Amino acid sequence: MKDLHVRLLALSLTLIGLGTAAYKAEVLGLPLTPDTTAEVWTVDMRVQLRGHGGPVRVDMPLPDSDTGFTRLQEEFIATAFSAITDGEGTERRAIWTARRARGRQTLYYRLQLTKGTTNLAQQLSPVPGYPEVPDYGEPQGAAVRGLLDSVRAESADIESFARRLVLRYNHPSGDDRVRLLRDGVTHAEGHVRNLIQILAGARIPARVAWTLELSKGMRAQHLQPWLQVHNERHWIIINPETGATGLPATRLLWGTGKRPTVHVEGAKVVEWGFAATRTQRGVLAVATQRAEDLGSLLVSLSLFSLPVQTQSVYRILLLVPVGALIVVLMRNIVGIQTFGTFMPVLIAMAFRETQLVVGITLFCLVVALGLLVRFYLERLRLLLVPRLAAVLVVVVLIMAVISVFSHRLGFDRALSVALFPMVILAMTVERMSVVWEEAGARDALQKGLGSLAVAVLAYLAMNQPQLAHLAFVFPELLLVVLAVALLLGRYTGYRLTELWRFRTALREWERP
Amino acid sequence: MNPFRRLRELGLVGMNRRNAAYILEHNPRRRYPLVDDKLLTKRLAEAAGIAVPKLLGVITSIRQLDALDTMLDGREDFVIKPTKGSGGNGIVVVTNRLGEHWRRASGLPLSRDELSYHVANILSGMHSLGGLPDRVMVEQRVRFDARFDAVSYRGVPDIRTVVYRGVPVMAMMRLPTHASDGKANLHLGGIGVGIDIADGHTTAAIWRDRPVRLHPDTLASVLDLEVPDWDRLLELAAQCQTLCGLGYLGVDLVLDQDYGPLVLELNARPGLSVQLANRAGLGPRLDAVDALKQIPHKACARAAIGREIASTCA
Repeated sequence: MKDLHVRLLALSLTLIGLGTAAYKAEVLGLPLTPDTTAEVWTVDMRVQLRGHGGPVRVDMPLPDSDTGFTRLQEEFIATAFSAITDGEGTERRAIWTARRARGRQTLYYRLQLTKGTTNLAQQLSPVPGYPEVPDYGEPQGAAVRGLLDSVRAESADIESFARRLVLRYNHPSGDDRVRLLRDGVTHAEGHVRNLIQILAGARIPARVAWTLELSKGMRAQHLQPWLQVHNERHWIIINPETGATGLPATRLLWGTGKRPTVHVEGAKVVEWGFAATRTQRGVLAVATQRAEDLGSLLVSLSLFSLPVQTQSVYRILLLVPVGALIVVLMRNIVGIQTFGTFMPVLIAMAFRETQLVVGITLFCLVVALGLLVRFYLERLRLLLVPRLAAVLVVVVLIMAVISVFSHRLGFDRALSVALFPMVILAMTVERMSVVWEEAGARDALQKGLGSLAVAVLAYLAMNQPQLAHLAFVFPELLLVVLAVALLLGRYTGYRLTELWRFRTALREWERP
Repeated sequence: MNPFRRLRELGLVGMNRRNAAYILEHNPRRRYPLVDDKLLTKRLAEAAGIAVPKLLGVITSIRQLDALDTMLDGREDFVIKPTKGSGGNGIVVVTNRLGEHWRRASGLPLSRDELSYHVANILSGMHSLGGLPDRVMVEQRVRFDARFDAVSYRGVPDIRTVVYRGVPVMAMMRLPTHASDGKANLHLGGIGVGIDIADGHTTAAIWRDRPVRLHPDTLASVLDLEVPDWDRLLELAAQCQTLCGLGYLGVDLVLDQDYGPLVLELNARPGLSVQLANRAGLGPRLDAVDALKQIPHKACARAAIGREIASTCA
C-alpha cells in the first residue's frame, strides 16, 4: 500500500518534471545544452523627417508576423513622437504622432529577430481566388500565350511552371516574345508585376513579396520585390531573378502586395531605409526573452527573474540535490559508509573551487593534521564542547598555514582552501578520532575513505556543465530527482557491499 | 549465478529491507526514547517485573562526581554506562578494587582520575547518540554463569535475541575476546554464536566474519553448549515487546550466576550479523510471523511460537 503510494507519487512527480521541462524545451525553445548561441538580427527602419513646427502624423507599414524569423522584440524609438500600432497581419501599421515637430526628427522602428523554427513554405493558406486572364492587347497577348505554352510544356506543376517562367523571363537569349514583354520596364518592381501579369494568363495567383536582404552592418537599404506564387496549398516565394524558391536564411519577408511606403502628414521625409546589425547571443537569453514576450508564466516566475548575483548562488544550490542523490545511491545501493550523511556534498562543493586533485590533497592534509592534534588533545582530557572548539581552532590554523606555505611555493590554487567548510572538517576530525578510538583504525580509515570517495563522485556529478545547465534552466527536473529519492526510500533490495558482508553465507552455506 | 538472487534464496535480510520493511514499519519513532534511554528502559522493566541488573546510582552532572565515591563504597565491581550510548560505546566494566584504583575487565588498571574523566566524557555526550549531553548509570556487574567461563575472555557474554512482533525469532550469544577488549560487540571482534531458538543449544559461530568452532583465546569449543534457563530467557525476551511496543526489537540478555536471566538493554535497530552466526536468514522466520493470523498476548505463548517457527525453518 505504502509502496504503491510512493510509486504513484514518484510517477506523478516525474511526469510533472519531465512534462514541464519538455514544454520549456520544445515550445519555449530553452536549450537543453549549455553554450549554444543564436544569431540575433537587429533591424532598424529609420525615417528622417524635417518638421515645420506643426502637428505631424507618420504612417509606417510594419512587417507581418510571418517574416521567416522569430520576432524577439520590437521597439519604437523617437524623442518627440508617440507611437501606436494599428491593424492586423499584412495591414499592421505604426502611427506616430507629435503635436509639434520642428527641424530634423528621426524615427526608429527597431526589430529584434532570430531564425526561428517556423517555415514559411509549410504554412497552409487558402487559395486567394484565381485571377481573370487580363487583356494584354496585341502583340503582347500572343507573346504571353506563346511563352506560357512553351513554359507549360517544360513544367510539371505550378512551382516548376513559375520557376521556369522566371528563368525564361530573365534569360531571353533570342526569344523575341520575352524581349517584347520586358520592353519598357526598368525597375525590379515592374518586372515582378510583369511576371504576375503573365502568370495571370495561366490563371495562377501571384503577388509581390517585399523582402529585405540582411547583411552585417548594412545601412539605408530598401525593400526588394520578390515574387510569390500560390500553388493551391500555400504561397511559394521565388527570387524574381534566379527563379530559386524559398526564402534564404538571411532574407526577411516584410510584407506582401502594395509597396510598403511611409506616409507623412505635416512634415517632409528626408530619407528612409533599413539598417541591420548581427549579434551572437546565448540561445538561453533569446529563448527567455521570447518567452517573456509570449507572456509565459513559467519563465516570468523562473530563476531568471532573480537578480544576477542570486542566480549564481542558485546555480550552485540547485546542484546540491544532485549531490544528495549521489549520497543516497552510494549509501543505499552500494552501501558505502560516510562520516555524516551530507558531509560529502559539502566537501564536493568545496572541491568545485579548489579543483579535484588539490582538493583531495588539502582534505587529506587537513584531516590528517587535525587527527594528530586531536589525538594529542585526547591526552589532556578535555570536555566535549571545548575540545570541539579546540579542534576547530586548530583546523582553521592548519588551513591558514597551508595557504601561506602554498602561496610561497607558488601554488595559488591551494589558497581556495578557505572555502572548505571548516566546521564540517572539524566535526569530521572529531568523529573520525572517536571511531578510531572505539572501533579501531580500520573502521575510521574505511569511513574516511568512503566519505572522500563519495565526495569525489558528488563533485564529478556536480561539476558536469550539462547537469548544471539542466538544473538551472529546468529546475523542475529536480522533481525527478525527488521521485528517485522517494523510490529509493522504499528500496528493500540488497546493497552491493552486502555481497562482501554476507560472503561466508554465499560461499559456505548449503542451498536451502 | 546472480549473487543477489542467491542471498534472497538464503533468506538473508539486508540493511535496506530491515530498515524499510521492519524498522520503519513496526517501530514507531515515539517509542524510541524508551529504548534509547537505558535508564528509562530499566525503570520500565523494573515496574513490569522484568529482571534487570540492579541500578547502583545515576550521575547527572559533573557536580555529582563526588557521589560516585559513596555509590561505590565497599563495592568490588560495577559497570559504568552512558544512558544513551550505542553499540557498547562508553561502557566500562570494573571487576576489582586495587587499593585506590580499579581494575577493568580487560585487565587494565583504571585510576580514580581516569574514571572521573570517563564519567565527565559520558556526561558531555561523547559516547551518546547525536553527541547530546547524557547521564551516567552505575549498575551491578553481572557475573556471568560460570559454565561459560571457558568461552569468554575478560568480559561478559550476552545473548542477543531478535523479537519480531513479540515473537523471538533468532538469537545469538556474543562472546568477548582479547581483540574486543572485553566487549561483546561483533564489529569490535567479539564472537557471534548462533543459538537454536527451539532448545537453546549453540549451533554455529562466526568471528570476524568467518565461521569458527573454537574460542580464539581460550581454544574451547563454542558449539553445542546448552544455555541454561532457556525457556525463561525466551519468555523474558518476548515480554520486552509489550514493555516498549517496538515490533522489531533486539533484546540483550545476560545470565547471572545468582539471578538467572536479566535484561541488559533493548535495541530498536538490531543488526544483521545474527544471521551469519546462525547460518540462517531471518527472512523465512519473519515471513512466518507475518503469516500468523493472530499473535497471542501471553509472552510464554509467543515464545512457544518462536520455538515452533525456528524448528520448521531450520
